[in-house]
Amino acid sequence: MRKLVLPLVVALALPLTACGGGADDTTTLTVYAASSLTSSFERLGKRFEAEHDGVDVRLSFGGSSDLVTQIQEGAPADVFASADTATMDRLTADGLAAGDPQAFATNTLEIAVPPGNPAGITGLRDLTKPGVDLVVCAPEVPCGAAAVAVAKDAGVDLSPVSEEQSVTDVLAKVSTGEADAGLVYVTDVLGAGDDVEGIELPEASSVVNTYPIVAVEGAAQPGLARDFVELVVGATGRAVLGDAGFGPP
Amino acid sequence: MIPRWVYLPAALGAGLVILPLAGLASRVAWGDFLGLVTSDSALTALSLSLRTSLTSTLLCVLLGVPMALVLARTEFPGQGVVRSLVLLPLVLPPVVGGIALLYTFGRRGLLGTELDLLGVQVAFSTTAVVLAQTFVSLPFLVVSLEGALRSAGRRYEVVAASLGAAPTTVLRRVTIPMVLPGLVSGAVLAFARSLGEFGATITFAGSLEGTTRTLPLYIYNLRVTDPDAAVAMSLVLVVVAVGVIGLASQGPRERRSMP
Repeated sequence: MRKLVLPLVVALALPLTACGGGADDTTTLTVYAASSLTSSFERLGKRFEAEHDGVDVRLSFGGSSDLVTQIQEGAPADVFASADTATMDRLTADGLAAGDPQAFATNTLEIAVPPGNPAGITGLRDLTKPGVDLVVCAPEVPCGAAAVAVAKDAGVDLSPVSEEQSVTDVLAKVSTGEADAGLVYVTDVLGAGDDVEGIELPEASSVVNTYPIVAVEGAAQPGLARDFVELVVGATGRAVLGDAGFGPP
Repeated sequence: MIPRWVYLPAALGAGLVILPLAGLASRVAWGDFLGLVTSDSALTALSLSLRTSLTSTLLCVLLGVPMALVLARTEFPGQGVVRSLVLLPLVLPPVVGGIALLYTFGRRGLLGTELDLLGVQVAFSTTAVVLAQTFVSLPFLVVSLEGALRSAGRRYEVVAASLGAAPTTVLRRVTIPMVLPGLVSGAVLAFARSLGEFGATITFAGSLEGTTRTLPLYIYNLRVTDPDAAVAMSLVLVVVAVGVIGLASQGPRERRSMP
């Protein structure tokens, strides 16, 4: 039996030692960012690595609220970028932000429809027509809160068939043609390419989501964290985010 | 008569299962517990979960009993392949099941046009929740019943048939009563699996209060805005799960005591 157990223990322990050894020559900067920032931050991470020798940028994307909860529970984040200020406020309220968060981008809602727009949606009013299956984000998440605000400002009563937990879930329901329309961010429609079509939503211009970023208090790499925030709020960040459809703060 | 060192990994394994439950319990806001688990949304989600899980358990029995009979009592070429396919949802990630259901029963799915002609829209409806739950739970009933059928053997059935009982009578009067404990524990497991179903539901059915937002989806939503309520509802599900396991483990014990 011992013959069998020993190699097993060694096999289990090996990856642990390998991990420790690798950390010697590179420094890792961990960035937590809202899902809608995925492609932009991947590009900015590459840029940052190119400018900083021996630095490895590790990106973790998710719903802003989820990420804050993870940081509150001790996740090793150096930088946090949120999709709205309300969620960022949860982090600052806990004293977990090193300095004041800086706004770096804005985003507004747009209607996403399946390719070919089968339900013939032309604007916000069409979403309330009977027989039109509308999918939105749940009011608890930033994109859902924005949808509620847009509908309220326009005096429209939306009755969605589903309230999803994230923009990605809404997009998936629309791109598969399961839903006739979904309310997502302009950048999501752009990022989805040919999978969905965007219908402009003038009513949404009054409801602007502002994205703040901050270095996390107690970060393992405070200097690098500040550098990364500088990169995002600076000209490079602006250009990359602008390409993805984000508006200036 | 086991080597003493076995206790160490065994205890570690038990800790891995039990500690998170203790962690969950440690976060429960006991003062508000009752208020949190009896809020309107919580009760709506709970009632939807119970109704859909009971319906899908019924469907599992209606479809699963014949399936188990065919697998345990007949022989046909390709039976092994059929059995593997039927058991696939056991090991399939539920989200994959959800995508598969979407491309089958969804509006643009395999059967979408036919269902549309019949005026049936499955997506975003409670029907979709039941379909997803039945899909993931069916193998639990089939596995458990097929095992019971095989271990019960055919002796009594053969005797009953030789005494002139028609096949349906044998099934009704001999086979089913004989494997009833296995059937019950299979049904209880299917119910538990339905109650916990999340991945296929959120992928296929969506999430809307009162229609498709079952308890697990409700907890998933809630953890963002009201972690206390999410923890409280999680504990409710843990208690239900413990009860279900207690019920299910009764089944095999009774079967073993049968002649």
